[in-house]
Order: sequence, then C-alpha cells, then structure tokens
Amino acid sequence: MSRSLLRAVLAGAAALAVVELARAAGADLGQAEKQPTNWTAIGMFAAFVVGTLFITKWAARRTKSAADFYTAGGGITGFQNGLAIAGDYMSAASFLGISAAVMVGGFDGLIYSIGFLVGWPIVTFLLAERLRNLGKFTFADVAAFRFDQTPMRVFAASGTLVVVAFYLIAQMVGAGQLIKLLFGLEYWIAVVIVGALMMVYVLFGGMTATTWVQIIKAGLLLAGATFMALMVLWNFGFSPEAMFAKAVEVKTGLARAGGMTPEKAVQQGVSIMGPGGFIKDPISAISFGMALMFGTAGLPHILMRFFTVPNAKQARKSVLWATTWIGYFYVLTFIIGFGAITFVLTDPQFLDVKGALLGGGNMAAVHLAKAVGGNVFLGFISAVAFATILAVVAGLTLSGASAVSHDIYATVLKKGRADSASELKVSRVTTVVLGFIAVLLGIAFEKQNIAFMVSLAFAIAASANFPVLLMSVLWKDCTTKGAVIGGFLGLISSVALTIVSPAVWEATLGNPKGSALFPYASPALFSMAIGFIGIWLFSVLDRSRRAAEDRSGFAAQQVRSETGIGAATAAAH
Amino acid sequence: MQPDLTTRVLSDPKYHELKQKRTRFGLWLTLAMLVVYYGFILLVAFDKPFLATPIAGGVTTIGMPLGLGVIVFTIVITAIYVRRANGEYDELSEQIAQGALK
Repeated sequence: MSRSLLRAVLAGAAALAVVELARAAGADLGQAEKQPTNWTAIGMFAAFVVGTLFITKWAARRTKSAADFYTAGGGITGFQNGLAIAGDYMSAASFLGISAAVMVGGFDGLIYSIGFLVGWPIVTFLLAERLRNLGKFTFADVAAFRFDQTPMRVFAASGTLVVVAFYLIAQMVGAGQLIKLLFGLEYWIAVVIVGALMMVYVLFGGMTATTWVQIIKAGLLLAGATFMALMVLWNFGFSPEAMFAKAVEVKTGLARAGGMTPEKAVQQGVSIMGPGGFIKDPISAISFGMALMFGTAGLPHILMRFFTVPNAKQARKSVLWATTWIGYFYVLTFIIGFGAITFVLTDPQFLDVKGALLGGGNMAAVHLAKAVGGNVFLGFISAVAFATILAVVAGLTLSGASAVSHDIYATVLKKGRADSASELKVSRVTTVVLGFIAVLLGIAFEKQNIAFMVSLAFAIAASANFPVLLMSVLWKDCTTKGAVIGGFLGLISSVALTIVSPAVWEATLGNPKGSALFPYASPALFSMAIGFIGIWLFSVLDRSRRAAEDRSGFAAQQVRSETGIGAATAAAH
Repeated sequence: MQPDLTTRVLSDPKYHELKQKRTRFGLWLTLAMLVVYYGFILLVAFDKPFLATPIAGGVTTIGMPLGLGVIVFTIVITAIYVRRANGEYDELSEQIAQGALK
C-alpha cells in the first residue's frame, strides 16, 4: 500500500472515530429497544402537556399580530429569554448523548460539550446587539438590511429552511427512538404526538407559547440534572477526586473482567481521565470545532430569539444568561456521566447478560435517574426528556414558518406590502405544512443513520448563514451579489462535502471504507473559507449600480446597528 | 432612518469613539476566546500525555481543571463584555442618541 493511501485511510479512520463519538453524543439516539409501558413517566408528561396547553391558551389571546406571533410582541425580559435560549439549545440528544459519551469516554465527552458552548461568546461579541438593533422578525431582516431584498431573502430563507430541515429530522427521529425507549410507545405514535403538540403550541400560541414551553422545560431539565449531579457528588462526600477514583476503579474492573491483563486493565481504567480517541487528526478536530463554534452564531431558530427582547441591553443579558445556564448544564452532564460509571455500570439491574446497558447506550442518564431517585424520579426525567424535544421542535418550526411567511411571502412576493393579518395566516398555514413534513420525515428516516444531521446543520449554519450575517453587518464593501453568491457557495459546499465524507458516503450510503473523497469529519474549515472568500471576491468584483447603492447604505446601517437609533420596537404593530 | 439623522450621528465624535472602542473590545475578546478554545483543541490533538498527567498523586488529571476552566472562561468572558457594553458603552450610546434626536 502506498504511503499516501495509508495516510488517507488513517485520516478516514480518525474521522470515523470522531463521528462515532459524535454519534454517541449527538443526534442519533440509535435503534432503541421498546421498553415496557412506563405509566409514571406518561403521567408526568401528561401533566406537562396539560400545563403547557393552558399556557398556549393564555398565549393565544395575546397573539393577534404578526409581531406577536414571531417575537411575542418583543416583551420577553433578558433573563426569560436567556432561559428560553438555553431551552432551545439543550436538546434531549445533548442531555442523554453527552452524559452517555462521558460514561463511555470520560474526558472525551467533556471535549465534545465544550465545543457546543464556545460559540456563545462569539454571538455576544459580534452579533447580539447588532441583530437586535437591525432586525425585526428574522435574521434575514439583518442580513438584507441594505441589500436588494429579493435575492437576499431567497438566500436567507434557503439557509434557514435547510438548517431547520436537518435539525428537525434529527429531533423527530430522536423523539421517536427516545419515546419508544422511555415510555414504551410505538415509534410512529411518538412522532405523531410530537408533531401534533408542536403544531398546537406554535399555531395558537406563536412565540409566546413557544418561549414559555422552552422556559419551563429548561427549568425542569436544569432542576432534574442538578438533583442527579448533587446526589452523585453527595455519595462521594462532594469530592470529585473520590468520584474519579471510583470511576477509574470500576472501569479497570470491567476491563479486567473483559479478559485484559492487569496492566492493560489499569491503563484502560485510567484512560477515561485523559483525551482518548476523540481527536486523532487535527484538521478534523479544528474543522469540527469551527462548525460547532460558528454554527451556533448561524442557527436561525436561535438568532430569532434576539428579536423577542425590547432592546440591545436585554439582548446581551439574554446571551449571558443563556451561556451561564448552558455551561452549567454541561458541567452537570459531565458529573452525571461519571455518576453513570459508578452507579449504573456496577448495578446488574441496569445491564443485560453481556454487561451492556439495557435499552441502549444512551440510557446512561435515565438509569442513573432511577439509581439515585427511584421510580418516580425516573418518570420525571423521562417526561423532561420528552418535553425537551417538544420545545426544540417548536422553536425550529416557528423559525421555518417565519422564513416562509416573512421573508418569502411578505417581502419577496408582496414586496413588503402584506398586511399583518395575511402574513399571520401564511405563517399558520406554513406551520401546519411543516408539522406534517416533520412527521413524514421522522417516519421516513426511522431506520436511517442520521448521525451526521445535527453536525451538518451546524456546518451549514457556520458556512452559509454566519458569513453572510457577519460580512453584511461589519464589512462596508459587501454587496448583494457577493453576499448571495458567497452564501450559496458556503451552503452548497458544506452539504456536498458532507455527502462525500466518511459519515455519509460510507456509513450511510454504504460505499466501501476509504472510498470517501473528503476525509475529514466536518466540512466547516473548508466550506466556511469558501463562503467568506466567495462573499469577498464577488463583492470586490461587483461594479454594478446596485453595488454602489449597497455600499453607500452602510453608514446608515452602521449608525443604527451601533446605537440602536431607529431600531424596531418589536411591540409596535 | 432619515438621512439627516445619520449625518448628525456621523458628525458626533462620540459615535466614532463608541464604534471604535466597542468593536475593538469585541474583537480582542473574540481573539481571546479563539486562542483559549483552539489552544485547548490543539493540546488535545498534539499533547495528550500532558492533559493526562495526574495532579498531586491522585487520579484527577491536569485536563480536568483545564477543560472545566474553558467552560468557566467562556462564561466569564461573556460576562465581562456584557457588563462593559451594558454600562459604559450604553451610556455613550444614550448620549449619542440624545444629541442626534434633539
């Protein structure tokens, strides 16, 4: 075998290792086994549903205009919005997946969760206040501020819908698997329940109901995770060292029982305390890190949340709260993962004959819930996990609906002359359509390997939405042509490179190992560069009359983005 | 926004002070975040044994406080920016708005 071929194979293997962990920690909850029907969990979830439906009823009375529907009238406080953002961002996959990844790989799980956190300061420093000062309902309002509306809105709506679609598929399939697992319901029933409830929240309660569902869910998830982490630490006299020591001992014992020599077993046990197989090839590591970091700053359903607060001050406060809660949450999942090693892997009631977790690898946190809090707490955590998916799916759908009704219908088709009532009607019709599509996709993808979908959503957001947004607010010479061409290049290249990467080309499409054209785990390093260079190149080459207009509009845009003078008071109808 | 309002803001030296100060501060903090995060990732990629070194004879490794440190850093650096932007910079921005809208 030639040297370069060997290198390519090694790189591919490394990339696969990253993808494997991403799978464990990310979107795909795997093929779950159906569990016996869990009535405690179903009862608690029913209580959550009844509560949130009352909120939706209350919210529906306050949802009269398009502004109410998209932004809850702009009346959410920074603290509330921070919790809602956290609720939007902390998915069931990250709660169950990251704690499972920590249980399997220890330190490697921490590396993964850090990637999801570090995008938030970037959002704060570069985008939060500018978004709030320039935008009204969607991030396209900001990106298209001084540009030719039609092409920019078409681009932004495409970017939004593509990201939402991949994210949504991951959530729907995750929901089906999880509910089969936790509640003992059939897969398709679970998917239909999620689709139907989400439609009710969004359709009647718009952003107000979605926000409160997210806030309540974030509160429940944080409270439940805090209780679990405290119970774990309490068992070790609040000494992390004691917890780590026990975990190493358990892992060593398991390796020994698996037939390893004593020295090997000790090595295996200690390996959870340091970096392992997660990052072998630096290019994949950096590329994956970039997708997570800058993808956060380009997720349409997250960006949309900045328009729900009254001003830039509250927008900044909301990211600070969101960052704090999300960071705290990742510390909790880390403790929960180690707790799972010491309490779950040592307890035969959670293991099958081969020593694997009952119900699949992602059950770590769920079994731990039973171990530290008994059956009732197990039901609580299961219900919270379901609520979590609902909240995320509702936020995604609202964002997709706003791209269609506000960007495409009101701005492109009606040239900005649509009245609030007809825009609202289009949003609601779109919500119903998206709900049906989500359910169908969820069912269609049941048996598919969807491991790559969340990281693909982040990579697209980082390569298409983020560069366009950043360049349009910060670079004077950016033009319509540059932003649209560069944005589409970023979008297409991130999708194309993902398709020819090992995760899709080999793992999903079933081509032979080593045949993937693109060897790395994430396209972001390359597709982001393509996006930025595209925007720059086609802007500087642009000598059209429109380009002159675009450039001359920068001063006024900057005045508004920096000072907030003239910013939409989202409450104005 | 009316064109004369833009011109009035543009002629205010405070506006240029705000723009320069806040943008520069934001970019420095962005750089700091990039250095910390990618520094950590490169350490993971190139010096695994260092991160796996136990502290003080126990099983806890250097990687643990360092990894948790990145999480804490992320929150703290966000807090630093928000504190300054919501205090000092917003005051300046308020003055500019008052000057322009008079």
